[in-house]
Amino acid sequence: MSNLLEANSVSKSFGTFKALNEVSIAVPKGSIFGLLGPNGAGKTTLIRIINQITMPDTGNVTLDGESLQPEHIKDIGYLPEERGLYKSMKVGEQALYLAQLKGMSKSEAKSRLKYWFDKLDIGDWWNKKIQELSKGQAQKIQFIVTVLHRPKLLIFDEPFSGFDPINANLIKDEILQLRDEGATVIFSTHRMESVEELCDHIALIHRSNKILDGELTDIKRQFKTNTFEVGLQTDNIEEVANAIKSKYEVLPATFKNLNDDVKMNIKLNEQDTSNDLLSFLTSKAEVHHFVEVIPSVNDIFIQTIKNNN
Amino acid sequence: MIALIGVVAYLTQINSSKERTIAVLDESGQLETVFENTEYTTYEIFKGISIETAKQQIKEEGQYGLLYIKQPTDSISVTGDIVFYSEETPSLTVITSLENKLEKKLQDITLERQGVDLEMIRASQINIDIAQESFSGKTTSKIDNVLKLAFGGIAGYLLFMFIIIYGNMIMRSVIEEKTSRIIEVIISSVKPIQLMMGKIIGTSLAGITQFVIWIVLGTIMLSMISAIFGIDLMKVQPEQQELVQQAMQSPDFESKVQLAVTAFQNLPIFNLIIAFIFFFIGGYLLYSSLYAAIGAAVDNETDTQQFMMPILMPLILAVYVGIFTVVEDPHGTVSTVFSFIPFTSPVVMLMRIPFGVPIWQQLLSLGLLIGTFMFTVWFAAKIYRVGILMYGKKPSYKELYKWLKY
Repeated sequence: MSNLLEANSVSKSFGTFKALNEVSIAVPKGSIFGLLGPNGAGKTTLIRIINQITMPDTGNVTLDGESLQPEHIKDIGYLPEERGLYKSMKVGEQALYLAQLKGMSKSEAKSRLKYWFDKLDIGDWWNKKIQELSKGQAQKIQFIVTVLHRPKLLIFDEPFSGFDPINANLIKDEILQLRDEGATVIFSTHRMESVEELCDHIALIHRSNKILDGELTDIKRQFKTNTFEVGLQTDNIEEVANAIKSKYEVLPATFKNLNDDVKMNIKLNEQDTSNDLLSFLTSKAEVHHFVEVIPSVNDIFIQTIKNNN
Repeated sequence: MIALIGVVAYLTQINSSKERTIAVLDESGQLETVFENTEYTTYEIFKGISIETAKQQIKEEGQYGLLYIKQPTDSISVTGDIVFYSEETPSLTVITSLENKLEKKLQDITLERQGVDLEMIRASQINIDIAQESFSGKTTSKIDNVLKLAFGGIAGYLLFMFIIIYGNMIMRSVIEEKTSRIIEVIISSVKPIQLMMGKIIGTSLAGITQFVIWIVLGTIMLSMISAIFGIDLMKVQPEQQELVQQAMQSPDFESKVQLAVTAFQNLPIFNLIIAFIFFFIGGYLLYSSLYAAIGAAVDNETDTQQFMMPILMPLILAVYVGIFTVVEDPHGTVSTVFSFIPFTSPVVMLMRIPFGVPIWQQLLSLGLLIGTFMFTVWFAAKIYRVGILMYGKKPSYKELYKWLKY
């Protein structure tokens, strides 16, 4: 799988403040790439460089193997975090105008807009002004405007803010569908559960430096602690617990279960496999629950940031 | 706005076209001949009644007022005190016109009493018009100067107004794009400098269209109003009308008209038009790019005050320098220097040009203006590029300077 977008050692300073320090990322074609980081880490600066809003001091960015040029504007759709529309302009007029700025012809823009308005069931908004719409409704227009010109690369900065759960789901499904149709998505958010759900690659930026990146499953494998969550049923709890503790490192665990089980997280010894642990447990008590603990993106995020402070 | 002009004109018309009767009680018996009836004012001469009776009568008849000329208290004066009685405060024009009439007559009477022959005085009154001629043989006159001032003044003032109105419009539209947060969406499609120049050019074209529409509509509306309401808008107030008529009857009026026509022909019209176009565009671009930069630097209109001052100062200075020094001496040091400084040159130079400015001066000034506006556009674009993505606190001048280096 080749990369659609590559940023190579991109640096950018504002006065004495270094916003990005030698950051490189590679976004594979057809992936959903999560760009994560605490507030003020430099994500927006990187996104603005990709959009040619600001120029990098050093380093370069390539799209489809070519270094960024003004013509690439029509290949990128960008939904900024700080977004808005002309309040007193009519929805249809405005969408047409913004589409034409991206190089679409008027008639093409019109038919594409009609398709999207029908798809999101907002056809009757054409002649309304933005200020008559609610925030979530305006966000829908904003989303349509972003994806209308069928860009190869879509950049969403906090796309779900302002949406109710139903509309957030709707937009999520649209993003997935766009990905399936061949678009590549860069996705920046602080909502870790949507990263978990959508992204297949992530990069973590902290204090202007990239500190982690790769395929999400690889990263999870890298962060796993060989810990298993177990639920046991036994008559003499203490005896069993002591037996386990003498052999393994044990941590308390909480999870929901139908039975009144003994719940614990057990860390595997280095030479052991999960089967060894399981057979040890079955010899002591009845095993009701046995699951490997997979680190969440949330855990990975917090842990990585803490380690780098 | 045009309707408003019509309404004001109509109201003035009603206000002044009221016919009035002024009663005169002249105890001196010398001044009756002064009062000749005019279109709007009728004089009624009272004789042989006391002032009390006269006042009573005026009040009952509801006339405009009573002019009471008292008997002279000594042998030297022609009259005693002169009083005007009326229900309401009389209009200033009425009083002035009465004063003028009486003064003239009284002067004549006094002179005659001293044994002066009035005919001799009239004959000795000489009007001098110094004929002015340039070395290249063009004859000019005082009217020339007035006309030149008028043309230059209008051109300069028009530019001044245009910059203030449409500069502000640009600034507000930049702020609007910032506050509605659409700016980042837009500049992911076009370059900031394209957006800024597009805004400046677009607004100025809209402005020119608006100006043209105002002028065309205004002319149409005015002629329609006068046709419908039968008001002759050209008609001035009656008292002023009399003055105009007097002027027209004076013997040298025709020669003056002649002079005015030649004066108009003497104006460097072609030069004026070309210079107007170039200095207008140059001056407008210079200032509007600064307005755009201010709009980009702040978040809301209240914060613009601090940055508006340095822009408005040279502009206002230009108008004052234009009005005072160019009138005094269009080729004096001050007006010449100010017509080269790029921030004042568009206004001052436009005011100077009708008086004939050497072509090299015009070109040099224009060159400086173009150079400066290229610099301000560059400068504004820098501020704009950074400013439109900055939210939060109002930047200081020091921070603006830092932005230039981003």
